[in-house]
Amino acid sequence: MSKISGMSTTNNIGAKTGLTLDKVEITLHGEPLVAANAHISPGEILTVMGPSGSGKSILLAYVAGFLDPVFSATGRIRLNGLDVSDLPPERRGMGLLFQDPLLFPHLSVGGNMMFGLAPAIKGHAARREAVEAALRHVGMGDFFDRDPATLSGGQRARVALMRTLLSRPEALLLDEPFSNLDTARRGQVRERVFAEARQLGLPVLLVTHDVADAKAAGGPCIELA
Amino acid sequence: MLRLVPAGAFLVLIGPVLAGLLGAALPAFGYLPAIGGEKLSLGPFGDLAAMPGLLRSCLLSLTIGLVTTALSYVIVVAFIAGWRGTALFRAMERLVSPLLSVPHAAAAFGLAVLIMPSGFLVRLVSPWATGWQRPPDILIVNDPLGLAMMAGLIVKEIPFLLLVSLAALPQIRAGQFGHVTASLGYGRIAGFVFGVLPALYRQIRLPVFAVLAYATSVVDVALILGPTTPPPLAVRILQWQADPDLAMRFVAASGALLHLAVTGLALLIWVFGEKAMARLCAVLQTAGRRGRDDKVWRHLAVTLISASAFIVLAGILLLALWSIAGLWRYPDLLPEAFTLNVWVRSLPGFAVPLANAVIIGIASSLAATAIALGALEYESRAGLTPTIRALVALYLPLLVPQIAFLLGLNVVFIWAHLDGRLAALVLVHLVFVFPYVLLSLSDPWRAWDRRYGLMARALRHGPDAVFWRIRLPMLLRPVLTAAAVGFAVSIGLYLPTLLIGAGRWPTITTEAVALAAGGNRRVIGATALLQALLPFAGFTLALVVPALLFRDRRAMRPAA
Amino acid sequence: MIKTLLAAPFLTASLALATLAPAAAQTPDPTNWDVVLSAARGQTVYFHAWGGEPRINDYIAWAGRTVKERYGVSLVHVKVTDTANVVSKILAEKAAGREEGGAVDLVWINGENFVALKDAGMLLDRPWANKLPNYRFVDVAGKPTVLTDFTVPVDGREAPWGMAKLVFFHDTAILADPPKSMAALLDWAKSDPGRFTYPQPPDFIGSTFLKQILYELVPDPAVLSRPADEETFKKATAPFFAYLDELTPYLWRQGRAYPQNYGAMRQLLADSEVDITFAFNPADASNAIANNELPDTVRSYVFDAGTIANSHFLAIPFNASAKAGAMVLADFLLSPEAQIRKQDPNVWGDPTVLDVAALGEDDRKRFAALDLGIATLPPEKLGLALLEPHTSWLKRLETEWARRYGVNQ
Repeated sequence: MSKISGMSTTNNIGAKTGLTLDKVEITLHGEPLVAANAHISPGEILTVMGPSGSGKSILLAYVAGFLDPVFSATGRIRLNGLDVSDLPPERRGMGLLFQDPLLFPHLSVGGNMMFGLAPAIKGHAARREAVEAALRHVGMGDFFDRDPATLSGGQRARVALMRTLLSRPEALLLDEPFSNLDTARRGQVRERVFAEARQLGLPVLLVTHDVADAKAAGGPCIELA
Repeated sequence: MLRLVPAGAFLVLIGPVLAGLLGAALPAFGYLPAIGGEKLSLGPFGDLAAMPGLLRSCLLSLTIGLVTTALSYVIVVAFIAGWRGTALFRAMERLVSPLLSVPHAAAAFGLAVLIMPSGFLVRLVSPWATGWQRPPDILIVNDPLGLAMMAGLIVKEIPFLLLVSLAALPQIRAGQFGHVTASLGYGRIAGFVFGVLPALYRQIRLPVFAVLAYATSVVDVALILGPTTPPPLAVRILQWQADPDLAMRFVAASGALLHLAVTGLALLIWVFGEKAMARLCAVLQTAGRRGRDDKVWRHLAVTLISASAFIVLAGILLLALWSIAGLWRYPDLLPEAFTLNVWVRSLPGFAVPLANAVIIGIASSLAATAIALGALEYESRAGLTPTIRALVALYLPLLVPQIAFLLGLNVVFIWAHLDGRLAALVLVHLVFVFPYVLLSLSDPWRAWDRRYGLMARALRHGPDAVFWRIRLPMLLRPVLTAAAVGFAVSIGLYLPTLLIGAGRWPTITTEAVALAAGGNRRVIGATALLQALLPFAGFTLALVVPALLFRDRRAMRPAA
Repeated sequence: MIKTLLAAPFLTASLALATLAPAAAQTPDPTNWDVVLSAARGQTVYFHAWGGEPRINDYIAWAGRTVKERYGVSLVHVKVTDTANVVSKILAEKAAGREEGGAVDLVWINGENFVALKDAGMLLDRPWANKLPNYRFVDVAGKPTVLTDFTVPVDGREAPWGMAKLVFFHDTAILADPPKSMAALLDWAKSDPGRFTYPQPPDFIGSTFLKQILYELVPDPAVLSRPADEETFKKATAPFFAYLDELTPYLWRQGRAYPQNYGAMRQLLADSEVDITFAFNPADASNAIANNELPDTVRSYVFDAGTIANSHFLAIPFNASAKAGAMVLADFLLSPEAQIRKQDPNVWGDPTVLDVAALGEDDRKRFAALDLGIATLPPEKLGLALLEPHTSWLKRLETEWARRYGVNQ
């Protein structure tokens, strides 16, 4: 796949070292819930598996910066050499994909993507072109003005992925992003996501309960109780 | 900046109420230097006790409040219990907003022209069925027991209680409970009462209290439908306040404190009633009563609730008819002639009251919506959940009788040279509008899928951008609806505009009530119609604007 | 309590202070009318007037448009339900020390309300009404009630606006021969119960009806022009309350409810709920007929013993914000043009205070051309005019009425 202009992820600050979960421990009212200590290299996919309620989504929330205040957590998160543990989510540079594509219903497909597009690209014309290029990249070149509600499941997933990537994330956090897709679609989308991540050199934290996802990820795997 | 909003909201709600109560408490004990009251004394209370028919006025306020609330509540619960999930229920749901937007005074007028002895209902059956060549000399409107007034209040409180109940139902998983109780052999109503009602009532308890407090102390409906010999306590307090004998102002203030006690007593009695009902239900439950045979009750519930909707709508229609009527004598069903004369002659005179009402309504509802959004957003960001204390603070202006603290607030404003100022009037409207706006907005706001916000932040946008560019646009319809509710409340406010506006800001509502006891039914009809149309316009806007803005967005359409 | 505070000593002291104070440059002098006119231009006059009758409101609106056009004075009609509330407001302002910039510029007033303001020193500090340019047309000789308001001298503190006489109306198609005395009224009510009522006091029409009864039943009518005290009141009103005790059960709704003003009562006549109504405006019924509110079979009549007559006025409070504007408005309302329009039953029908015979030929012709209306009695048929009793009588009547009939147990 060709590299997309405007989507390089060179970090100004430091070298690309990857995503580190440094002795992360999350407790609820003193009861330990989940712990992780791992390093994800650029392009590598760490899969976190476990039954529902095992805290895997909570771990992801902590990494992203959304941990519910009812939990207490210790441990640091480092991304490409920068300690992001105390930064608000919007400054961490972590791309997020959920089970639902969560396309903003009041914006068009293009509007959604423009919302995600990193501010580094200036000027309306350049920004529009960047979005159009991303849409062409996934074979949805004339979808700019479409209503997201008219898209199929697979199309929505592609738009969500492109929207996230347009924000130039330095890591990808995936919270069971393929479980809502039907089996046929699932493999395609999964492949696309992993391929983009590998090509852009993004460390990926994948939370899932599906063994097939872990197998396709091909990286280290943490099993939660 | 956002941090200040909860404190600010608190101040907006509680401040005027406390200031008002203080402003009423001091004169009640004889202290009001401005008109010569220099010493604290119990004199005013003595004068109050000497007022003829005082006990009767108090009893009237008490019973009207309790009966109105009890009947409205029972009818709403029976209707929800018996008809939830049916097509009829959905139809009624759609009527709630229009019914709510009809101001109390307009609904009261409409009821009056419907049920008075020379009114439409009697004309329908006279003289062919009743033999009444002249209207019967029966005391219906202004009856001494207050039955007409109760009816006028019930038809307005039913949509309100229905609204708050509907908002609470999804949160308590009423549907699932319904299946469970049905499978256990309970009839629809019994199953609801035993299984769902306790949880539902916890959610709507404060709105029910608000209805009770309002019904004990309402003035404009009392002026139109209530007894006149003697009138309920709130009306008399107003009369004493406006008496040219300034000594009566002390009596009015002590009357305001008395009214606090009366409303408090009503609330207390209601709480006892709650406990008694709980006891009764427990007994019935353990006795294993299934209540399967509830057909009669279900039909009664739907009849009563349909009747209440019909009364409001028919009333408005009749008023519209009166406004274009030429000579219309008893027992004719229709006027002898139609004329636009009344509209042509009175519309220029309505310009100022309409403009005032709209200005004050927009100002107070926009301010209330902004504060509500700020409070809700603060709550979101700080990860808080609403506390009981916050809820009570929210409802305080609705639980204290208006006449009690508005009287005192008036004294405070006059002292501060703020009386008659638009800003002061908008502030007072805000006090009443805010609870309803927050009530209307809270559930839809909190029900928003927060993952959209998380996604937006992951896309490198801060909390402010999330609020303005994602959450607010997505929730535009509930926000505008809440603003429309606030606007409707402001339009319908009578006592605050009358007392704090000091006559400088007549609104369409004060005009309508001033014409109330007067004779010109045609002008009353026109005024009431205008009064009812304003909130309706607000709700229409709340529907149309999002529909227009998001006409190309299927997911933004309201759920069918 | 308050009354003693505001009694004579206080009043003389404040009057003394007022004369010592620098000449109120704020109070315009009507004899310098040009100065008044220029001061008035651009002012907004808050005219507090009873707003329960839409055609009066329309007339006031017309006056507002005219003075805006001609004199640049803006009129805001504050519709009051009871003039006593306005008195209350002015008194409260005075007590709170608001000597200027009051909320009321001009008030439609008479009787006990005027007396309350005058006694408390709440009116404009010097005579002004009798110095207005149009005052020269007022029929001072032929209409003595423009000089004495309910036995209290006006002293130029209020400008006369219109004449009032209590007149009764009935639908000839239903009640051909209405009762013309209180005794006859009682007999008729007993024979056909529930067909008569009166507005609930302290409404001014209802109170006037009480005074009407009093006039007919008081042993010695002379006492009515003097203040009432406990003794005289008890003696004079014994037959009055005996009569009402007998009449009340035969009233509309058995006296358990009353209409709140004469407009409501007129609507009852239109609804066929009562057979008789009454008003202070002799042209009221014609007006209603012209507006399709009453059938054209309604006619007016008066009582054999005469009915109460008075004048109504316009007064300016001491602390009015727009004194010049108020004077200009009052003067305009006194003009032949405004008075002719006011007397037109298609507009309002309120009788004029002017001496028509002394007007210019054109104005005289226009007055003569007014069709008083089919239900209006011509002036010579209006019967004996009973003067208003001293205001102290009414206060006691109202209090006692409220005690006996205002609270049905």
